[in-house]
Amino acid sequence: MTAAPAVDHSSAAASAPAEAIHIENLHKRFGQLHVLKGVSLSARDGAVVAIIGGSGSGKSTLLRCINCLENPTSGTIRVNGEEIRLKGDGNGGMMPADRRQIERIRSRLGMVFQSFNLWSHRTLIENVIEVPVHVLGVARAEAIATAERLLERVGLAEKRDVYPAFLSGGQQQRAAIARALAIQPRVMLFDEPTSALDPELVGEVLKVIGDLAAEGRTMVLVTHEMKFAREVASHVIYLWNGLVEEEGPPEQIFGAPRSERLQQFLRSVS
Amino acid sequence: MPEPAPIETLLSAFAQASLFELLAPSPPGWGGNLLRGLANSVQIALGAFGIGLVIGTAGAYGKLYGGPVIRDLMEVYTTVVRAVPELVLILLLYYAGTDLINRMLEAMGYPPVDISGLVAGIAVLGFVQGAYATEVIRGAILSIPQGQIEAARAYGMSPLLLLRRITLPAMLPFAIPGLANLWLIATKDTALLAVVGFNELTLATRQAAGTTKAYFTFFLAAGALYLLLTLFSNVIIGWIEKRARRGMPSVGGAN
Repeated sequence: MTAAPAVDHSSAAASAPAEAIHIENLHKRFGQLHVLKGVSLSARDGAVVAIIGGSGSGKSTLLRCINCLENPTSGTIRVNGEEIRLKGDGNGGMMPADRRQIERIRSRLGMVFQSFNLWSHRTLIENVIEVPVHVLGVARAEAIATAERLLERVGLAEKRDVYPAFLSGGQQQRAAIARALAIQPRVMLFDEPTSALDPELVGEVLKVIGDLAAEGRTMVLVTHEMKFAREVASHVIYLWNGLVEEEGPPEQIFGAPRSERLQQFLRSVS
Repeated sequence: MPEPAPIETLLSAFAQASLFELLAPSPPGWGGNLLRGLANSVQIALGAFGIGLVIGTAGAYGKLYGGPVIRDLMEVYTTVVRAVPELVLILLLYYAGTDLINRMLEAMGYPPVDISGLVAGIAVLGFVQGAYATEVIRGAILSIPQGQIEAARAYGMSPLLLLRRITLPAMLPFAIPGLANLWLIATKDTALLAVVGFNELTLATRQAAGTTKAYFTFFLAAGALYLLLTLFSNVIIGWIEKRARRGMPSVGGAN
């Protein structure tokens, strides 16, 4: 098989798994709007952290701060033990201080978006090999072999030369997951991966994500699918109004929620 | 020598002979001059369009992502260049530009240089094309679904890699109609360089027509050459557009 210089993401270590993501006291403001008001989050290797919460609770923003797609206003973010160096952006916020560092960190975080965001001028196989070949420097033949295997795995082997626009939303999202897997991600970040899908296509995408969780991949998942979160997550965070209102194992969050607001939220979505 | 024949036959034969003679590729025919003029025009158009693309890409990036100073500079550039008639710009940049360069050379202690009409023509038209291309490319970049750019950033692409692998190819389908216009305008704007004495197709035609007094013949021939150039361009543009849009469903429904 391939011997890419990848990070080992198995969690088979005998001691306690290392911390893959660590966020401390994160704040984010958009102008006057205070979206995150001091959120902390930790994901150890092999953990599946589900972030739930109502619209406007800041859950997507929190996820997007992990790879600095949104720059935090203050706080610290550590990926794989390495702290993202931030500097002032001149507007009271922060921005990555070292472009190479943030690019290197991003290239090992496999992000899956709500609206897929496949590159429309490239076929599925080209989408999947793009980052390995051009960012990570993997040999093209090797990247293609890996990509074919990944497309096969998400059930799209025969669509390898098709452009994204000719596929269903579910197929596009599965291809986007293959693209994320192709970089041999340290952590996978899912930003509401099924919210833009027709109801009958949600199942096929959740199945792929569930399989990944079952094989011990580290992931942080923002989702509206409560049943799914309960099944796959090892830790659930309920955000309300920019703060962690309650967190814990799924049995506690969904089975015996303590906070009034969480109880209300769960009633409203079920 | 014509043999005795009905007068109409004689006349038409004579007219044809004279048409071919006038347009013959080698002297005393003027066809060669016209073709050389066309070659010069195409050369200038290609050079100017190429420079226009480079300036346009940089200008669009400056306008979209640059700091306040760069943005203002770009705004001044596109506004001024698009406001002033091209003929005026050509005269201004050609005469004033060469004069300025020579003065600078003189001030630095170098002898003045003779700037070739070809280089000056390419530079001047390229500068003008760049202003229009800036706006075409800026609009095209804004038409790219922003999620695709965000995905490239999220996977650690550097700004230059992102430009080369994602932004430029993804904006191409949106830019082609505007850029195709610019290319056709560039081919015809070369005619404006006749005023500074550059021997392109229009000047060559005027000389041929003035010398032989066969105005109709030569201007029609020149028009035909411009038309041929456009038809040929359309074939190439169509091919590029088809290729650039290969990832997009056709407007009329599924392919």
